[in-house]
Amino acid sequence: MAFTYSPLGSVTVGSGGSTTITFNNIPQNYTDLVLKLSSRDTYAATGLTVWANFNGNTTSTHTYSRMFGSGSGTGASSDATQTRLFVGDHPGSTATASTFGNIEMYIPNYTSGNFKSVSNDAVQELNNTTAYANLSATLWSNPTAINRISLTCQTAFAEFSTATLYGIRVEL
Amino acid sequence: MPQTYTPIATTTLASSASSYTFSSIPSAYTDLIVVFNGTATSANNVYLQFNSDTGSNYSMTYLYASGSSVSSGKTSNTTNIYAMGLPTSNATLTMTVINYSNTTTYKTCLQRGAESAVTATVGLWRSTSAINAVKLLTDTSFASGCTFTLYGIKAA
Repeated sequence: MAFTYSPLGSVTVGSGGSTTITFNNIPQNYTDLVLKLSSRDTYAATGLTVWANFNGNTTSTHTYSRMFGSGSGTGASSDATQTRLFVGDHPGSTATASTFGNIEMYIPNYTSGNFKSVSNDAVQELNNTTAYANLSATLWSNPTAINRISLTCQTAFAEFSTATLYGIRVEL
Repeated sequence: MPQTYTPIATTTLASSASSYTFSSIPSAYTDLIVVFNGTATSANNVYLQFNSDTGSNYSMTYLYASGSSVSSGKTSNTTNIYAMGLPTSNATLTMTVINYSNTTTYKTCLQRGAESAVTATVGLWRSTSAINAVKLLTDTSFASGCTFTLYGIKAA
């Protein structure tokens, strides 16, 4: 039987928030990973960035290129010397109440000996004049298999933020 | 029981190749997903064709961002669908074709490319034929080690 989109772990943030959401000891017997995040920041702002690190690595080997729409305009940015991976934007504590951003990370061939290319889609909608939709391409220039994913944000993930990691296995 | 993301075919290139084709695609699914991961032997682009059709029956609209600039454009009456640029560093392409086996409508596909730039493209193949083959091709070559995987999604 082929297994796809098998849940590998899920985190729901409790009261008080959490500075990091981490998936440890990721099984190495899948082909691709998909991480789905619904989140909000405890920092007082309307839009803030979510970041990812693999295997605890914080060297300047992370690259991103992104395009975004804000409701009133479009733009793009990139950086080739980051210590973490850009994932997307989510709302902060002063954004419209009860709104959480949605982010999906697609990580193909996460156990390969190649550098790791990640495709991210991130959206937030606040019934407001400004909310960000991001499409980003990120690269971790490291050939090591991914066994750990850590998500961070400006201050902390707010209560009720959830993250689920899925494995996709190609088994014919 | 509904099934999702059923693997249909996968391959890892043992040597460089200018193209790769998923052929004899079963018609039993509702949607198709193609996932590509890999590099080019020298930087070029990835294009798509269906059912060995090399006629001017394709068109495409894209969103593209690199550095601090974002752009959009389109092509019409082309012999393939541009999917993304392909650098010599690792890149990922995901492609979705919804309702691929119907014989009533033209076929629309959605691509997300993650390479040194970000791309989102929508392509149209002006044919009502059911899709039974998907070809990914380049201007030069896919490098050895590139992986190509085809999934089917069945609604029920």
